[in-house]
Amino acid sequence: MSEADGAPASDDAPQHVVTRNCSVDAVVSAVLFAIGAVVVVQARALGSGWQSDGPGSGYFPFYIGLILCIASAGIFWQAVFSAKRNRGTFVDREQLGRVLSVFVPAVVYVVAIVFVGIYVASAVYIAAFMVVLGKYPVWKSILIGVAVNALFFAMFEVWFKVPLYKGSLAPLSFLGY
Amino acid sequence: MDALNSLLQGFLVVLTPLNIGLMFVGITLGVLIGVLPGLGGANGVAILLPLTFTMSPTSAIVMLSCIYWGALFGGAITSILFNIPGEPWSVATTFDGYPLAQKGQAGQALTGAFTSSFVGALVAVLMITFLAPLVAKFALRFGAPEFFSVYLLTFCSFVGMGKGSPFKILASMALGFALAAVGMDTITGQLRMTFGLSELMRGFDFLIAVIGLFGIGEILLSMEEGLAFSGKTARINPKVVWETWKILPRYWVTSLRSSLVGIWMGITPGGATPASFMSYGLAKKMSRNGAKFGTGELEGVVAPETAAHAAGTSALLPMLALGIPGSPTAAVLLGGLLIWGLQPGPLLFVEQKDFVWGLIASMYLGNIAGLLVVLTTVPLFASILRIPFSIIAPVIIVICAIGAYTVHNAMLDIFFMLGFGVIGYVFKKLDYPLAPMVLALVLGDKAEDSFRQAMLVSQGDVMIMWSNTLVGSITTLALLLLFWPLISRLLGFLRRPKKVDPLLAEQPVD
Repeated sequence: MSEADGAPASDDAPQHVVTRNCSVDAVVSAVLFAIGAVVVVQARALGSGWQSDGPGSGYFPFYIGLILCIASAGIFWQAVFSAKRNRGTFVDREQLGRVLSVFVPAVVYVVAIVFVGIYVASAVYIAAFMVVLGKYPVWKSILIGVAVNALFFAMFEVWFKVPLYKGSLAPLSFLGY
Repeated sequence: MDALNSLLQGFLVVLTPLNIGLMFVGITLGVLIGVLPGLGGANGVAILLPLTFTMSPTSAIVMLSCIYWGALFGGAITSILFNIPGEPWSVATTFDGYPLAQKGQAGQALTGAFTSSFVGALVAVLMITFLAPLVAKFALRFGAPEFFSVYLLTFCSFVGMGKGSPFKILASMALGFALAAVGMDTITGQLRMTFGLSELMRGFDFLIAVIGLFGIGEILLSMEEGLAFSGKTARINPKVVWETWKILPRYWVTSLRSSLVGIWMGITPGGATPASFMSYGLAKKMSRNGAKFGTGELEGVVAPETAAHAAGTSALLPMLALGIPGSPTAAVLLGGLLIWGLQPGPLLFVEQKDFVWGLIASMYLGNIAGLLVVLTTVPLFASILRIPFSIIAPVIIVICAIGAYTVHNAMLDIFFMLGFGVIGYVFKKLDYPLAPMVLALVLGDKAEDSFRQAMLVSQGDVMIMWSNTLVGSITTLALLLLFWPLISRLLGFLRRPKKVDPLLAEQPVD
């Protein structure tokens, strides 16, 4: 919560601060402005004016892109030039480490799904997460990883008959589902 | 009397063993979702939506709406026992709920919270029962300009009534509309902003966005704090419940006021979170014990819980009667209606009588079932929170991935979900509201259609938005709300500066 890590705390430990709210604000608003600009250009190409049969495909997106550009310019102004800009800590090094320790494995997990499918990837992911971040014994982690996915398998494939992705290598094809 | 007859008909539709069973399953899942970090009403319903594709629409909506009630009830458990709001709207419940638990009166606080949630919902459902058919009847005469003006009002009220920078609200909303525009244009069939990628032809499904924004984003946020739960234990026995029920009628004025605040904030897309804060603030100002608020006053639990539940319930009124949802969760339920082949809006009350009144009847029954379930199973759910986060976090990410995949059976959606997770995390940290973005994603195509139809009627003349009193007054109100941040600043110049409400600083941007 940004209320919790407000401005006063950030000055105590400046060496650990990775970024401040106002700098991230500025970067995000610049990205939003770029998206808005892309929308406006695309809408112009599609025909943002009055066509022979009525408003063109780009008519509505054109104004949406315009609003996005104006709003992000406003945010940028507030983040960079306003006296009241929020100089509180966005993340410190420890928080960034914690967040990345969840996010990076999640990305690896999703890439793994492409090859080995949801069930196998999930079991490995849960077990590995428990061993590495939770410091659990290996046998316990594997047990929970497999048990949770056995439950999901029963729920989706057997009870509700919603087939999930088995991956391009399909390691579970011997089960017949 | 018409409404009562239809309602009885609705009860007949709902009261089958299957539906009642689904009701209890839904409530239990909902409370579980409300208790777990990273899963909330909106993304919980979004993840479970694909499981209902094979059910009949009535059974499906009964189960999904019960998940919603369950999530509304569940938020209070973590607030009171752990001082961690499970949902944004239960932040205000922690102010007096946690001190009560510290004093060893957790049972009383929980009973008070659940009972007042129930009361709030009941008042809101009564309102829906009698008001929704009238609104729908009225809306049958709406044309394209009227519908667009209502859409405009919905989005402008985010700006006028929201907290935080109006630019951020606008940006969040416009981003939602831009993402909604990706894919095939519904009128001309042209491809828009797909950049030659055939996978983008489907566009961005808002269910994926909801799962990523609220699910993955929330997990990343909780992880940042390095969660270590330390909670109070709770035992609810019939004696505590009875004792609390004897005290509660004393607070009837607070309950009634909070219900009305909740209903108002629910119908206009203010949402449950501002409603709970507003009614806590009002109760603090008006109660005789106002000075003791914050130290463990039961009335301080009653007020926000009643309002949050009333707002959460009445958010379904515009969804049913107009096809315009008042909250992200209502938006997900609306998405469900579309998938089951029902067109939400005024015609629903004419063409799908059984469905609508079944849903309304299930609101009564679902909340009774919810009250029973939460009062009896609190210790069980509190023990779930003692499962270490290093097990919960990967399981929730897996659930989110499965949920994202099942929406369209598309692998790319899981990657989108991760992307939306990052957006959710960054936006939440920078105080961008997420609700306008989700609603814009859901309503983008429909708002655009009604705008273009209105423009076709008038041959491009914007003045059609003021062509009669009805559409004119809605449009004017919408513009007033849109420019409210500017107007209030001007008014602030004229009057002397008022002091900042300390309560307002605690309210999360929702």
